[in-house]
Amino acid sequence: MAREDTFREARKHLEGLSDEALEARFWSLAQQCVDPLVELARTHTSPSIERSVLMRMGVDSRTSMAVVSECETRGFLGHGAGHAVYLCMQAWSCDAPAAAARLAAGEGWDLVAEKFGGAR
Amino acid sequence: MSDRLPPLDPCVKMDIQSLLDGLEQYRPRRHGWTWRTAVPGQKMYEFTYHETSEPLKQSVPLPAAHYFDNIDPQPDCVVTTEIASGRPEDDIRRMRMAAWHGADHIMVIRTAGQSHIDGLLEGTPEGVGGIAVTRKQCRLTRRALDLIEDEVGRPINYHSYVSGVAGPEIAVMFAEEGVNGAHQDPQYNVLYRNINMYRSFVDAAVAKHVMAAAGILQIDGAHNANATAVRAWKVMPELLVQHAINCAYSRSVGMPAEQIALSTVPPDAPPAPCMRMDLPYAIALRDLFGEYKMRAQQNTRYMEADGREATVSHVLNLMISRLTSADIQSTITPDEGRNVPWHYNNVAAINTAKQSLVGMDGLREVVRIDRENPELKDRVRELKERAVLFLEAMIADGGYFAGVEDAYFVDSGEYPETHDDGIARDSQGGVAEGTIVPRADDYMAPVCHHFGENHLPEGFRGRAFGEAAPCDLIGGCTLCDDSKVPFVDELDPEDNMNARLAATAEMRERGLIKPEVEWAGDGIVAVTMFLPVSDRIAEAAALEIGRSMNLSDCEVINRQVMHPAEGTLIELKGRLDVTIDPATLVIPDLPEVLTDEEIRDFVHERGLKAVAATVGEDEHSVGMREIIDIKHGGLEKWGFGVTYLGTSVPVEKVLDAAIEHAASIVLISTIITHGDMHRRNMEKLADLAAEKGVRDKLILIAGGTQVTDELACSWGMDAGFGRKTHGIDVASFVVKTMRERGM
Repeated sequence: MAREDTFREARKHLEGLSDEALEARFWSLAQQCVDPLVELARTHTSPSIERSVLMRMGVDSRTSMAVVSECETRGFLGHGAGHAVYLCMQAWSCDAPAAAARLAAGEGWDLVAEKFGGAR
Repeated sequence: MSDRLPPLDPCVKMDIQSLLDGLEQYRPRRHGWTWRTAVPGQKMYEFTYHETSEPLKQSVPLPAAHYFDNIDPQPDCVVTTEIASGRPEDDIRRMRMAAWHGADHIMVIRTAGQSHIDGLLEGTPEGVGGIAVTRKQCRLTRRALDLIEDEVGRPINYHSYVSGVAGPEIAVMFAEEGVNGAHQDPQYNVLYRNINMYRSFVDAAVAKHVMAAAGILQIDGAHNANATAVRAWKVMPELLVQHAINCAYSRSVGMPAEQIALSTVPPDAPPAPCMRMDLPYAIALRDLFGEYKMRAQQNTRYMEADGREATVSHVLNLMISRLTSADIQSTITPDEGRNVPWHYNNVAAINTAKQSLVGMDGLREVVRIDRENPELKDRVRELKERAVLFLEAMIADGGYFAGVEDAYFVDSGEYPETHDDGIARDSQGGVAEGTIVPRADDYMAPVCHHFGENHLPEGFRGRAFGEAAPCDLIGGCTLCDDSKVPFVDELDPEDNMNARLAATAEMRERGLIKPEVEWAGDGIVAVTMFLPVSDRIAEAAALEIGRSMNLSDCEVINRQVMHPAEGTLIELKGRLDVTIDPATLVIPDLPEVLTDEEIRDFVHERGLKAVAATVGEDEHSVGMREIIDIKHGGLEKWGFGVTYLGTSVPVEKVLDAAIEHAASIVLISTIITHGDMHRRNMEKLADLAAEKGVRDKLILIAGGTQVTDELACSWGMDAGFGRKTHGIDVASFVVKTMRERGM
């Protein structure tokens, strides 16, 4: 919606604020703006986030890509791709890159499904 | 460490192959950002500086520095250069040149399109307008920068982009590879890359949290609103809002204030009265964001193809930096308005910053902004109020996501004025829409520095809480144990650095010379010409002239009307397919100069005298003065007794004076004339000296802008000196010759 410059009228409620109070208001509004975004981020994940978890577990990018794609397809992403690899590490007594490689090759998904349940 | 390479030799080019050898084992030697070390009251030559930092061990000073004992004072702020050749192997050579001129923040631009790739790229494929940012590219670059920073003696920050759809992965890779700074701003993804807004913010939280852990300095993306705004002077309130959203979001997900830098640009440029328009904005910004770092960028919004115009705008930007503050001074190359930046334009931009910042050293102590000036004071307040109104309205309309859907951002009206032409994005649309999922009740990520809900087993909150680190579950993560970082080499057998290097191997191995602006052997040259015709005719004529010069792929990169009818300045680029073998070149030896002490002692012992004159019908005396006067570092400096006879002196008189003063040196200055007077004067001087029987007692020297040693000697002189001769060259020659002759 196009609007003329209404600054002179719109600012009336700010006029009485000291510079400090105006600046404090600016920051409190900014925080109000981002709070719901932070909450969204805290409670959600994404393929890139999950690949970044696998990378931190020492898994190379191609293998991370394969494992996370499979997690997405099977609806396991919300449990954590790193979680899936972790379950296999325990079951197979191996390190994360080895477990991820076997998952990428198609092994172990039944084991993961058993823990996470069926696809959402 | 196995990856330690021998230090660089300033006289030898960097060896790309040695940087590639053993790259899989290379690990960065430090993590995190480094600021310059300020030296208050630093003394250099005859000056005291108030805003400089520790000097470099080796550098190229500004061109005029030779008048000032070659000092190269370095400003107190970090200086950035942006490099975008598209090939990492060429980028690193440019980084070395940039570092020698004073850049310590090297920003590598990404190839077009990488921000839409949902995953990491690997290897070294060629990019467009930038490089493919990959692990190998980062590692090679960091390894090269280790050598370069040792060569110049100052840490260099390497910087890239944690933006696009793969932000969290790139952040982890950067943390692992020792990248020191990065752009991260989810608003950039949303507004300019049309990446789904939910995905952008969810990803950004994890990326920022990882960056915080690795000490990576974050730079936001607000300057893009300036670069894309229809009227840049209207966008200021929104810029404040964008900075605030990224700062508040970053803080909320765990990034400390000292790691957050605002990317801020003076929005305007002449012919607008830009300083008076942009200063209130710069002040409002620094008032509101006092606890954050300022990365002062230069204006690109109003950049055209004229490098001079761009440079002047940038100097005005630098003045705002000096009058307010800048922790990082970014630079934009003066050719960015015409092409992907060329090597020497990176250096030009760095020097513009260094020259201006050093030139304005301490300025704000004597020239202060008048904060009580009514226009300034009101405008600063107004900008803050407009930003507050923007935030209030956006919250009332449903918050940030609703605001983006309602096209609040990048509107050409100054808020609350709107022109309904902002960028609108659909929350249910964009790249990677529908890809975020809620974390389940058993969501777990067994790694460190992971943001958000994470249902770790009891006792795994982390070492900071006196409990085990999350990654203890898996025997360590890459952020805690460097040895776990994997290396991925080339994935494409053709599109890679090795294949490109093979194509230019002969040039490199034989040291063949070919002009270049961007890539080794690209053959690009630029030609500047004035054509006495109107602009469109000039452009067509220039292309024809380029072809006559054997240039291919000619393109006019700048044209400027001098007068509609009288003429046009044209800058033309083209490809020149010429390769020079340095073995075929004849390069005259540089005359060796003696030390001041050695010359002074020799002159004093003998009480050496010289007579000097401009001969023929020539009234020039400037060149001769440079050679003899003490204030120009001329012969008098070492104690020569010099008698200057004046201009238009006949050679007979010169010789008589030499005999009369018992001088052993005769200096004549001459211009080259069509009538061959210069030759006749030199021959006459030599003949007369022989006639009078004093030739072997005298050293006869001729000088002038077009005089060459070869010609002068062939006409009977002992030496000839041309353009760029200094007193030291003449003095050294005299001493050496007298020694040789036993005089």
